[in-house]
Amino acid sequence: MSSLLRPFRWITSVSLAGLVLLAAVLAVASWRVSIAGPLPSDDPAQITGGDTEEGARTYQSRCTGCHSLDANRIGPRHRGVYGRVAGSLPDFDYSSALTQSDIVWNDETLNAWLINPEDLIPGQAMGFRLNDAQARADVIAYLRRESGK
Amino acid sequence: MRFLQNSLSRRAMVGSGVLSAATIGLLAGEHALAGSKMVATDTAGDVAILNVALALEHEAIAAYQIGAESGLLTADVTAVAVSFQSHHKEHRDALMGTIETLGGQPADPKRRRAYERALNVASLKSQTDVLELAARLELGAANAYLGVIPSFGNRDLAQVSARLAADETMHWTALAQALGKSLPGKALMFGG
Ligand code: HEC
Repeated sequence: MSSLLRPFRWITSVSLAGLVLLAAVLAVASWRVSIAGPLPSDDPAQITGGDTEEGARTYQSRCTGCHSLDANRIGPRHRGVYGRVAGSLPDFDYSSALTQSDIVWNDETLNAWLINPEDLIPGQAMGFRLNDAQARADVIAYLRRESGK
Repeated sequence: MRFLQNSLSRRAMVGSGVLSAATIGLLAGEHALAGSKMVATDTAGDVAILNVALALEHEAIAAYQIGAESGLLTADVTAVAVSFQSHHKEHRDALMGTIETLGGQPADPKRRRAYERALNVASLKSQTDVLELAARLELGAANAYLGVIPSFGNRDLAQVSARLAADETMHWTALAQALGKSLPGKALMFGG
């Protein structure tokens, strides 16, 4: 019996040591994060030239749960959205907030929308946010390309 | 499944302090208790997000139905599709119950033809095509649920959104395995 248990005791002491080490690493890591600031940056000033290929990938994983380029789904279709007035597709059932908005979608307004849509157009229905500044820049560059702008 | 309603009403009864009195009043349909405009506005926003989530679930249910009836799936894969669809039906019912509890009007599903067009069903020619579509939708849904978390006024709803995201992630993982895709090399690939 005891010989059967021995390996487990060994594992326990190793994993205890591992836990202590992990705690130490986490403590250092969280200290570094607190110095470096929150991980995803939402500083609009940080948008630099977005990468359309990265943007296509980001669009695929982050936006296509609700949007497509050419079909209205849970959200409106996106081809042509860059340069379009918000809430202006005749065949999509927008919130009244979006319908009434006269914002035009460009680098700045799309960036603000993806940081926090409710801050830009109160009463909107999207709610979805994209916290990573580079991912926003990439996806905006992609939407711009797909809109022929 | 009314897991959310149950947990909310249990919380409300024991008065754990997690929800404010005004929020409890709203959840119980006692709008008079919701004194501040702030709370009312938050709730309308939460209902709007929940309805978008409901629309997403309606679409997922339709997609699995179309897949299961496509004649492209083996019996084993059909069984998985039906099982995942049943999860999405549970999500739908939970969301509808919650929207009603909050005094909102749950969005109706679209007609099947609309889903077939929007999802470009005509292009599905093989089991792999169907699985790829399902995997794309599940990944999108997982990320959608993660991306709306910060927008919920009610923290309990934010947690529900995280639980829904976990279910969609489970589906995506199983589908990715079935498609023989390698799992992501890097962590933190969802959300953000
Ligand atoms: C959870 C579902 C969901 C996700 C995920 C989502 N959206 Fe949306 N989006 C919507 C809905 C719903 C609307 C319509 C909002 C309204 O009517 O108030 C919308 C509207 C928009 C609009 C306004 C379009 C117009 O015609 O005025 C833009 C731009 C947009 N989304 C971009 C994006 C991008 C880019 C992403 C991915 C980074 C994304 N959305 C992810 C649901 C979503």
